[in-house]
Amino acid sequence: MAHVSIRQARKSFGATQILHGVSVEVEDGEFVILVGPSGCGKSTLLRMIAGLENISGGEIAIGGRVVNDVPPKQRDIAMVFQNYALYPHMTVRDNMAFSLKLAGATRVEIEEHVQRAARILDLAPLLARYPRQLSGGQRQRVAMGRAIVRDPQVFLFDEPLSNLDAKLRVQMRAEIKELHQRLQSTIIYVTHDQIEAMTMADKIVVMQAGRVEQVGAPLELYDRPANRFVAGFIGSPAMNFLAGRIADGAFHAGGAAWPLPNAAGGVNGAAVVYGIRPEHMMLSPGGLRATVQVIEPTGSETHVIARVGSASLVCAFRERVAARPGETIEVLPNPALAHLFDEQTGNRLN
Amino acid sequence: MDVAAPALILRRRPEAGRLARLFDNKTFLICACLTPAIGLLVVFLAYPLGLGVWLAFTDTQIGGGGEYVGIENFVSLAHDPVFLKTVFQTIFYTAVATAGKFALGLWLALLLNHALPFSSIIRAIILLPWIVPTVLSAIAFWWIYDPQFSIISYVLVDRLHLLAHNIDFLGTPWHARFSLIAANIWRGIPFVAISLLAGLQTISPSLYEAAMLDGASPWQRFRFVTAPMLMPILAVVLTFSVLFTFSDFQLVYAITRGGPFDTTQLMATLAFQRGIPGGQLGEGAAIAVAMIPFLVASTLFSYFALSRRKWQQGEANE
Repeated sequence: MAHVSIRQARKSFGATQILHGVSVEVEDGEFVILVGPSGCGKSTLLRMIAGLENISGGEIAIGGRVVNDVPPKQRDIAMVFQNYALYPHMTVRDNMAFSLKLAGATRVEIEEHVQRAARILDLAPLLARYPRQLSGGQRQRVAMGRAIVRDPQVFLFDEPLSNLDAKLRVQMRAEIKELHQRLQSTIIYVTHDQIEAMTMADKIVVMQAGRVEQVGAPLELYDRPANRFVAGFIGSPAMNFLAGRIADGAFHAGGAAWPLPNAAGGVNGAAVVYGIRPEHMMLSPGGLRATVQVIEPTGSETHVIARVGSASLVCAFRERVAARPGETIEVLPNPALAHLFDEQTGNRLN
Repeated sequence: MDVAAPALILRRRPEAGRLARLFDNKTFLICACLTPAIGLLVVFLAYPLGLGVWLAFTDTQIGGGGEYVGIENFVSLAHDPVFLKTVFQTIFYTAVATAGKFALGLWLALLLNHALPFSSIIRAIILLPWIVPTVLSAIAFWWIYDPQFSIISYVLVDRLHLLAHNIDFLGTPWHARFSLIAANIWRGIPFVAISLLAGLQTISPSLYEAAMLDGASPWQRFRFVTAPMLMPILAVVLTFSVLFTFSDFQLVYAITRGGPFDTTQLMATLAFQRGIPGGQLGEGAAIAVAMIPFLVASTLFSYFALSRRKWQQGEANE
């Protein structure tokens, strides 16, 4: 196990700059997830850690050793690929044993390691099969087994669950998290799915367009997003944003006055963006009048898309809503959980 | 309307002619559609093959009839030093040329599989030897191997002064054999290179990355990833290449006509020479038929030894 330091890492392909100086600290045994929309550079960063892409600037250190010029096989890392990259002509056992075989381990050692990994991942009955004969989830587990066998300092996961169906993804999510708790290993994991990031990570790194937007624990990002991008990216359904002005101790947008968060430092007359998560809206008689447009019952909660003044708003209520489209309901935000962002920079104000 | 429509169909039915009803018959339709293809195959493939096999068991000569003689042709061939030499030459020619084609073709394919500038143009150029008609390239080689005007001799003797005399490429047996093999390799490389390149491009790059992380050196990546994954297509290409080379006729006939003293005869050229210019149709046919066991054996070898591997089969979760 080791910690990983990424200091001002830059990457460019020709004239196109992909990463603009990214710095992330990964502690020993920490589960860190790089998350962001496609093209934000998260996979490139992971491949730079693995040594599959060279580093254009800055440095990456694994266990205190700068690895900029260290070839991949000497970095003591293992990677799980999005398409698993299992060798189709090798059985599960040979797939898992390949790296040890290349390293010149004895038969006994190899068998011991393979059996241990197979036990951890429940792969023992599949050892003699070829990848073709496995289901998606099984292949996923073999790919992880191949990584575990090597007992590396750092595990790298590149969108490992994106080829699985929704149900299996939920199951594998739990398995990977359990695996981490069991092995206590350092894991750097890339995904575009914020739910994966929220559910598994010790620490999330939100990236956009080659820059780190915010680093923090999942609930920290949820409770206090540093800027509008993080606020909109984390959480589902996404946060509502209303553009308006602060006047007379309230936020005014689209002809309605919204209560300000307690610690609001908003200046009178300042143009701000008011952010409120759908689940922080409450049905409240005497509140803001909202015209229902669409109702989406999910079972556990009810999503209501409504208009307040000229602004469109998504609300998620725990209770069931009897209103029909076109009818009016009265809603109120929980002001303690509202967010204010600068209209120009998008940075958090409160 | 909706009442009239079925009535219309009902009234039409009996009107349909016998021919139309015949084409409604599935069995007849299948036969009718297959007849042209089967006809072509029978006339141009099965009949000549059958006739050739039949001729091999007769003493037919051009211009005269022939009688069934059993295996007499084969018995006499078994004691014919020219034929035995030809069998050796054919096997040698096939083995060396195939090895050369695969070594160079695989090397080219591996080079082309990397991102090269102008790679599509290079690929097109590589196909050239294959596109040029065989006889034209044979004539070009004939000039290259000319005892007096050979460009190779010119460079080695007149320019580099490495040799004192021109090389007699086609006048001495081993020179002639290797000259023909070189020409055959030149012609065969494109087929091998392009086919193997297609095979290489089906191998996912992430497998190489995984192997790199697993600690494999470039040679180990070739040995443990590229080679086994290329094996199925390699087997197919190898089979075709062996078949084409073993039955080669044009190149040899155009460059040496089997000479000097039958030292570059292949079974195909010998069969032609005995059968057509020599007039011994039965004997020529016997030589041609004698090729069949070799071809079948090589096909079976690559089919069973190389082609289908267990990892390619079995989609099912047993």
